[in-house]
Amino acid sequence: MVEDSIRVVRCGGSRLNFRRAVFSADSKYIFCVSGDFIKVYSSATEECVHVLHGHENIVSGIVLNPNNHLQLFSCSFDGTIKLWDYLDGILIKTFIVGPKLHALFIPTRAEDSIFLTINKEEPDIFQLVSVKLPKSSSQDVEARELSFVLDYVNRSPKCIAFGNEGEYIAAVRDFYLSVYFLKKKKTCNFTLPSTKNKKNAKNKFTCVACHPKEDCIASGHMDGKIRLWRNFHDDKKYTYTCLHWHHDMVMDLAFTVTGTSLLSGGRECVLVEWRDGSEKNKEFLPRLGSTIEHISVSPAGDLFCTSHSDNKITVIHRNLNASAVIQGLVKDRSVSTGLMVDPRTKALVLNGKPGHLQFYSLQGDKQLYNLDIIQQEYINDDGLIQIELVKAAFGCSGTWLATVEQRQENETELELQMKLWTYSKKTQGFVLNTKIAMPHDDRITALCFNNAENYEKPILVTASRDGHFKVWVLADDSDIYKKAIGWTCDFVGSYHKYQATNCCFSEDGSLLAVSFEEIVTIWDSETWELKCTFCQRAGKIRHLCFGRLTCSKYLLGTTDNGILCCWNLLSCSMQWSAKLNVRVLEPDPYSDHVAAVSQSAVGSDLFVFKPSEPRPLYIQKNVSREEVQWGVFVPRDVPGSFTSEAHQWLNRSQFYFLTKSQCLLTFSTKSPEEKLTPTSKQLLAEESLPTTPFSFILGKHRQQQDTRLNETSDNELIQLPLTENIPAINELLHTPAHVLPSASFLCSLFINSLLLSKETKSTEEMPDDVAMEEKGESDSSDEEKDFTEKAQETNNMDLGENVIHQLSKSEEKELRKFRKVDYSWLAAL
Amino acid sequence: MAGYKPVSIQTYPVLGEKITQDTLYWNNYKTPVQIKEFGAVSKVDFSPQPPYNYAVTASSRIHIYGRYSQEPIKTFSRFKDTAYCATFRQDGQLLVAGSEDGVVQLFDISGRAPLRQFEGHTKAVHTVDFTADKYHVVSGADDYTVKLWDIPNSKEILTFKDHSDYVRCGCASKLNPDLFVTGSYDHTVKMFDARTNKNVLCVEHGQPVESVLLFPSGGLLVSSGGRYVKVWDMLKGGQLLVSLKNHHKTVTCLCLSSSGQRLLSGSLDRKVKVYSTTSYKVVHSFDYATSILSLALSHEDETIVVGMTNGILSVKHRKSEAKKESLSRKRRPAYRTFIKGKIYTKQRDDIMINRPAKKHLEWYDRDLKSFRISKALDRVLEPNCVIKTPEVTVSIIKELNRRGVLANALAGRDEKEITRVLNFLIRNLSQPRFAPVLINAAEIVIDIYLPVIGQSPVVDKKFIVLQGLVEKEIDYQRELLETLGMMDMLFATIRNDSTSLSEHVPAELPEKKTESPCQPGDTDKNS
Repeated sequence: MVEDSIRVVRCGGSRLNFRRAVFSADSKYIFCVSGDFIKVYSSATEECVHVLHGHENIVSGIVLNPNNHLQLFSCSFDGTIKLWDYLDGILIKTFIVGPKLHALFIPTRAEDSIFLTINKEEPDIFQLVSVKLPKSSSQDVEARELSFVLDYVNRSPKCIAFGNEGEYIAAVRDFYLSVYFLKKKKTCNFTLPSTKNKKNAKNKFTCVACHPKEDCIASGHMDGKIRLWRNFHDDKKYTYTCLHWHHDMVMDLAFTVTGTSLLSGGRECVLVEWRDGSEKNKEFLPRLGSTIEHISVSPAGDLFCTSHSDNKITVIHRNLNASAVIQGLVKDRSVSTGLMVDPRTKALVLNGKPGHLQFYSLQGDKQLYNLDIIQQEYINDDGLIQIELVKAAFGCSGTWLATVEQRQENETELELQMKLWTYSKKTQGFVLNTKIAMPHDDRITALCFNNAENYEKPILVTASRDGHFKVWVLADDSDIYKKAIGWTCDFVGSYHKYQATNCCFSEDGSLLAVSFEEIVTIWDSETWELKCTFCQRAGKIRHLCFGRLTCSKYLLGTTDNGILCCWNLLSCSMQWSAKLNVRVLEPDPYSDHVAAVSQSAVGSDLFVFKPSEPRPLYIQKNVSREEVQWGVFVPRDVPGSFTSEAHQWLNRSQFYFLTKSQCLLTFSTKSPEEKLTPTSKQLLAEESLPTTPFSFILGKHRQQQDTRLNETSDNELIQLPLTENIPAINELLHTPAHVLPSASFLCSLFINSLLLSKETKSTEEMPDDVAMEEKGESDSSDEEKDFTEKAQETNNMDLGENVIHQLSKSEEKELRKFRKVDYSWLAAL
Repeated sequence: MAGYKPVSIQTYPVLGEKITQDTLYWNNYKTPVQIKEFGAVSKVDFSPQPPYNYAVTASSRIHIYGRYSQEPIKTFSRFKDTAYCATFRQDGQLLVAGSEDGVVQLFDISGRAPLRQFEGHTKAVHTVDFTADKYHVVSGADDYTVKLWDIPNSKEILTFKDHSDYVRCGCASKLNPDLFVTGSYDHTVKMFDARTNKNVLCVEHGQPVESVLLFPSGGLLVSSGGRYVKVWDMLKGGQLLVSLKNHHKTVTCLCLSSSGQRLLSGSLDRKVKVYSTTSYKVVHSFDYATSILSLALSHEDETIVVGMTNGILSVKHRKSEAKKESLSRKRRPAYRTFIKGKIYTKQRDDIMINRPAKKHLEWYDRDLKSFRISKALDRVLEPNCVIKTPEVTVSIIKELNRRGVLANALAGRDEKEITRVLNFLIRNLSQPRFAPVLINAAEIVIDIYLPVIGQSPVVDKKFIVLQGLVEKEIDYQRELLETLGMMDMLFATIRNDSTSLSEHVPAELPEKKTESPCQPGDTDKNS
């Protein structure tokens, strides 16, 4: 195996809520930006259908091509605009613009011109410019001719809206609303009357939306008001009406397709639908989970979707019923629990939504489930002190989960609660077993289970700033009336009233190391006797961990003063120490390697070493420019086969780490294309059908057909007749049973219909025929196609059409030629 | 989407005795009837036949009591000296008793004079019993012998001299007419077979045996002596099944409940303990005024009779349950009302639409759901809630505080409403489990209502009571701190002792010198 150099790669978990999501014309797909990629989700099944990758920096805007609704424009910070065919996931064209692009707008009636938000030389000044996309057949096209439209716009695309089929542009910034009429090339500026007033200082503009039919602009404000502006053609005669329900800022606004109602959302996590622009007629969809950041409406008008601050997209039906949730990795303000791996699912576990623990699949880049730890109604209000989930730990190969939540109102008032959850095989989830109020008098600094396999009784140790560490054991409290197993405190230890900062069990569970500020104490886990102490007087201990496997006689510790120490437990002496400002110290549970990430002024460096020797096996400089906050080793499903010493540490597990700006990164040797093959090449059966279990089975069947088709590209394919097209079967399936003749009569008819007739054998005449019609339409994109017509067409699609979707472009052309050929000769066969 | 999450009510462990089925069952007796006897009550025995009279042996008399009578319905007093162990025959017709002078007497229940007198023991006979065939009597005496008597011709049939000390208790098998066990002060329990002239089984109890009991099946034997109650498996040749040490003085009497599910033991420590016969755990315990000598349960556990050393007989009758039934007979909607629409079977073309089950919310939750905070607080300050479930009130106050609206909810109350709040605070402020939440609430109340103080004498009075409470609490805390300081000093002296002791150990083991010198003291304190 060729060993490539190890690179740091971003691995999923990027923001889905960075920009508004976009619906496809038929509402079947939702597109959203996700870091450098664009993800295509099915709106019905929540499944990720495609990942469009090609941009080299964060994608900052996506818009459907108004001239061909099977194509999608996207712009990125890398200065390019790309045109995609989202059904096949193909990049069609790249337009190179140059400067960093922050947003992309295409009014419905614009001819070839696209509006972009770019950054001028000064850092915080943004311009709206238009660019004409040249017609060219080549893949990469230069489009550097920018014509200036508006200056001093807000960088957020929420603050710019195109109204009434592109007649005017409404842009808001601070306290100003500017309306630019494209034809007249005139700008009208409006300010709120009482901006000078201190009381109204909060009514900054936050977002803007334009009515699709009428001349009406809706603007959202910091103080929670929505203003509907009319008559803005005139600087003097303009009017506005106010809608007020939100008590906090309005995050986004959107008009429905017909313009009859306005949708708004904000911190309250409530989607408000204002009917007919009046304050009285409103509908609510409450408890959406977290702050609504974006709202988008499907062009067909049947679906809405809201992007939330917890990296979630909720698909909402027109009648305000949430129908699907697309959930990415939730990034809370701070990851206080650290990164953990659930031993059962191998999922990455960290705190997500407020009060929840999220289980995130690294392979699938999606959230598996959320465990509600705090179990309280989440009240979203500014300045409210929330109960926070601060610590969590798994024990006994995922059978037990311990969580600590705290709420600190001020120095003296601290609410602490520790919960212990057990995995229930029946419900396949964690069930609350024990709730301990105030386990310690002060904040809990560390939490660890005794994970040794030979220990029958699980042991949990908590260390706290109150100077104690407590040992909790599972006690059987059952009597003849009930079965009750709960956790009780078994032992309380302290050392000279120093604050306990870290705790850690050795691999075999026989020793417990607890650090008290500068001192490390070693306790026997059988008798809870203090065995020995280590003190380096080199600053407070920051991390503590035992070596594994062959290095189990070593204890590693890092201090505040940037010293990494290794003690030998047999000789009770210091083995070696090194000057390294370690931020993350993480032992690999499956090998004896330890990863340390150090922090310097330039960036973070990674060191991999064995505790037995002070020589690092592998060094990667500058893994990240920012501070690395957490790291974890995730076991690999298939062990790697690296032979060189420097790469061996990647064999059993993979190291993931989280930086301060919450980027989840890992190390990989594969090229990005290999690494990021679309999770599954599923073009689901949903092309023409609503997904049912049956359609999934059918879809598999079809895929098999596809592969066969690809293998034998010539026409000698024997294909089963398509059941849907046989009238006998159709009749059989759709006639009510009570009017059908007897089964014996039907039997021969049915069997006959399933036999391969000569016509179907010769060539896939039927499928070809329909498919070509289909393809012809989708290809002739320049012709204006009514949407409803298209919808009808899709209903008529049959199995064969799907086959054709997989064909390459050249084959398509062949087929098109084929269409023009007279094939009446077929009948003769 | 997730629905409204109700407020979690902090639960506190219930202090005191846990309420179980057993405590309910065994507490369901009326207050005891006390009957004064002439001397220590050494034996109580229930007639196995209705009307379930019972014979009480005390001093030189045997009294027969009816079920609810407080006066004896019959007395046998023709004993020259102390009588012992008056026992009914299975048919309830005959009664046998031993006595201090070594004579065993047999009485007819209706007669007065003894029917038979079995003379042969040289010393006091403490235990007598009828065998299962009703025609023989077993007796054990202080002359170390056990004798089997024939009733019809009042002859001694067999004598067993296997014991080496006083024989003080015995019991005949209910199934086999030839088997009986006796317990003796020689620390053994012996089983005899009338067909042989020797004991067939002997178990070592370890203490002088005060009482023995055979299970109705005859498979298990219970013996008591000293502080122990031991259960033996007879079918395994007398293997010790379990040894119970739940009393702290000699266990004097044993008894089985009528169902055979519970074993009762009475002791000189004035307690009767109830054990489960499956797990042999104590499930209930009764307290009595003086040391217990005898104990009996009537048919269906209707009555518990306990005899004590000071001659008091305590009789407890079960409460009748007839009253409860009449209460529960309230008109309810018919069964079909509840199953309406639920038994509809799905037809072919029907589409089932399952409506999600509606979650029941408490009233305060409904108020909180729609942000009616003052209303929610009012609801939990209702007297009913405050008295019965103060933890609910505290949890709601905590929840309001978490939502940051506690001050709003407490503000704007009139005299009556604020009195309610203050009453609750006064009642619960000093309870340690509620204190952190309520102190905060009290501060807010004081902050809000300070400007209007002096307008209402009722509220002012409450504030003064609250102030007094806080002052008392401060004093109390100060005293506690003083005590703590004293205890710290005591601990410090202990620590010095132990360090001086354990300092010898490192001296012998020089390699351990890396340890911190004050480590032993620390561990002492912690453990």
